[in-house]
Amino acid sequence: MENYSDLQNAVFKVLADPTRRAVVESLTHGPATVSDLARPFPLTLPTFMKHIDALEQAKLISTRKSGRVRTCTLNHAALAAAERWFERQRAVWAGRFDNLDGLLDQLESTKNES
Amino acid sequence: MKADLQFAFLTDMQTNTLTIRRAFAARQRTVWDCYTRSELLNQWFAPKPLTTRTRSIDFRAGGHWHYAMIDPGGQEYWGRFDYLSVQPIDGYAAMDGFCDAEGTLNPDLPRSRWDVSFATRGTGTMVQTIVRYTSAADLQKVIDMGMKAGMTSTLERLDELLLTLNQDP
Repeated sequence: MENYSDLQNAVFKVLADPTRRAVVESLTHGPATVSDLARPFPLTLPTFMKHIDALEQAKLISTRKSGRVRTCTLNHAALAAAERWFERQRAVWAGRFDNLDGLLDQLESTKNES
Repeated sequence: MKADLQFAFLTDMQTNTLTIRRAFAARQRTVWDCYTRSELLNQWFAPKPLTTRTRSIDFRAGGHWHYAMIDPGGQEYWGRFDYLSVQPIDGYAAMDGFCDAEGTLNPDLPRSRWDVSFATRGTGTMVQTIVRYTSAADLQKVIDMGMKAGMTSTLERLDELLLTLNQDP
């Protein structure tokens, strides 16, 4: 449970940054090299690498080096953990609205009878 | 019947916003009453198996609703909505917040702004709720708090319950 909480914590902090969100977004299409990922951003390579390191530390991505080329892969499980909070919120709203459907049904049928 | 009613739940991480849209098979006035009168709010606001209890309500700009969501073990989760603006029967805006049983807001926890709007669609009503946190850091804090407060287990039981309800024909 502790680990799960820590993981989620890290994931959300890391995803608060727009550059890192964009990297995660492009990795949803499949693995990519660091230089390909860096291309759209007006950042120096050392600065961009800090974002890659942050993503790797949060276990959102894993990287593998082959010769001079580093390839990044999205860790879908970590992303799913971050999304669980939103899933719970969705469950709360869905449950709340089920209650409201029942209440509205009662109220409207009472009005129609009178 | 449930499947016919439109339910959209959208998250926008860029703006720390949740947008929830839902259609209801009832007149706009009836839906509005359910959102704004405590004797009705008490009957639906907390998802099962939690229940809602109102301590006080003053539904007007500058007033607030002080309520608790209570789990089956009797644990109370207190909250309050401070109403910013009210346009009967079309919408209202409020600040959500965590508080104690006396209604004192917890200053360490972020608040979110709710913009709720109501519109007649055919014979039913469409309700849109926009929940907005000031920053990603604020949203993060709420998530951390949810974990620590033990809401996790309650909501996981809720997840299971909803799963079984959804399997019913």
